[in-house]
Amino acid sequence: MKDFLLVFRNEERKAQSPPSPEQIQAMMKPWQDWIGNIAAQNKLVSAGNRLEADGRVIKSSNAVTNGPYVEIKEAIGGYTIVKAASLDEAVELSKSCPILQMGGNVEVRAIVPMD
Amino acid sequence: MNKEEIVPHLFRTEFSKIVAVLTKLFGLEHIEVAEDIVSDTFLLAAETWGLKGLPKNPQAWLYTVSRNKALDALRRSKVFSDKIEVELKLQSSVETDFEIDWSGKNMEDSQLQMMFAICHPAITTEAQIGLSLNILCGFGADEIADAFLSNRETIYKRLARAKERLRTEKIKIELPRPTEIQARLETVLTTIYLLFSEGYYSSSQNTTLRKDLCIEAMRLNVMLTENELTNTPQTNALLALMCFHASRFEARTNREGEFVLYEEQDENLWNQELIAKGKQYLNNASTGVKLSRYHLEAAIAYWHTHKKDSAEKWENILQLYNRLLQIEYSPIAALNRTYALSKANGKIEAIQEAEKLNLSNNHLYYSLLGNLYTELDNSKAIAHFKQALLLAKTSAEKRIIQASLHKLETIG
Repeated sequence: MKDFLLVFRNEERKAQSPPSPEQIQAMMKPWQDWIGNIAAQNKLVSAGNRLEADGRVIKSSNAVTNGPYVEIKEAIGGYTIVKAASLDEAVELSKSCPILQMGGNVEVRAIVPMD
Repeated sequence: MNKEEIVPHLFRTEFSKIVAVLTKLFGLEHIEVAEDIVSDTFLLAAETWGLKGLPKNPQAWLYTVSRNKALDALRRSKVFSDKIEVELKLQSSVETDFEIDWSGKNMEDSQLQMMFAICHPAITTEAQIGLSLNILCGFGADEIADAFLSNRETIYKRLARAKERLRTEKIKIELPRPTEIQARLETVLTTIYLLFSEGYYSSSQNTTLRKDLCIEAMRLNVMLTENELTNTPQTNALLALMCFHASRFEARTNREGEFVLYEEQDENLWNQELIAKGKQYLNNASTGVKLSRYHLEAAIAYWHTHKKDSAEKWENILQLYNRLLQIEYSPIAALNRTYALSKANGKIEAIQEAEKLNLSNNHLYYSLLGNLYTELDNSKAIAHFKQALLLAKTSAEKRIIQASLHKLETIG
């Protein structure tokens, strides 16, 4: 078993109006169930964190920008760490990630073991 | 209570108290001396009371006789004379001045300290459960063997080894330091939970014994809630969990001692008083920042005190299992979660997820698939139940699977 980092990317989205509790619930459920699915297979290492949309990128010239991309507004929205026998298996776990339903994508990267 | 009942009852309630107090006096390395004294005292009680009738105050009688026997033991033993004589020499009359503190507070303190001593990380989990049953709950080797579906000799050896370990590890009968108490309390709670589960899920046919095991686990847990240092949110959450489970005790076995499935239980037999207590303890548990597995399991058990299916019930149970599995994976939680998934999100989705669980050596896995396929594809359901039957070990497990199979086969 190896650990894999799943990075979620999506385009920056602006909420039109504050979501209702029911809408929040409806938005949370797919994520909760997806994490639950992975945990039920005993393949979850860490549910990870979701990131706020606002951020800065610091470059070698000490220039600070609002993001790495100028043309596209795609940003990292969060990450989760899973354990899987292979990259293919980690990819399989990612295929049901709710971000895909929202137009985003998942990048799967094996974590280099330290021992 | 008549005379035939009162001695066994007193044995259960007084044994652990007196052993704890005496062991505190002698030191944990001499626990067997304390146990022998209490056993002798009860033997004498059974004989004397049988002949002459019950004394006015049976408890006080037991304390006095134990005290006298303890003094005899101290006199006889070189070890004790070295250790305690110094103190006693100062007293003019050993015979009358040797006093043991039988106050309720000292008994509770001693039992609590004993709990922490037994649930020491140096003692294996299996031995902790055995010792707890033996020393904290007053169960004999025969009863423990019955509960574990083992034999007396095996249990006897296991207990002797565990006591030897208490000696070699030089474990003291005392509460851990305040800085250590939280970490040590986790082990104590785990042992209490295992003790309860042993009673609740044991396949022993002895229903009374199994219920006693559960009651004892709850009694120990109540003691923890009564001490300031150990009355934590986790302690209350575990007690809430056990109250909710125990509320179904009368409903979950029939007169033949056979297991009755949740769906088929008579709700009128559920103990509402225990359910109310469970809610109260769950309320007490709702402080602090740490969400423990006991909180989540208690909340799941709370929802199961509502027999009627509802979307709200199953969505809540599913989300609680989602979080529980993140804190601690277990095959049984994964299977139960998948059942909740079928109730909340539908059978098709649950079947897809069930097939990824990789639990094909577990009979409950095939029972779950059998349940999920029932009505959807009965021939597949039958095949899964048959596989479950092959893997099931106890006759109680087999009976439940056969009942499901029988239902399916009669529908055709």
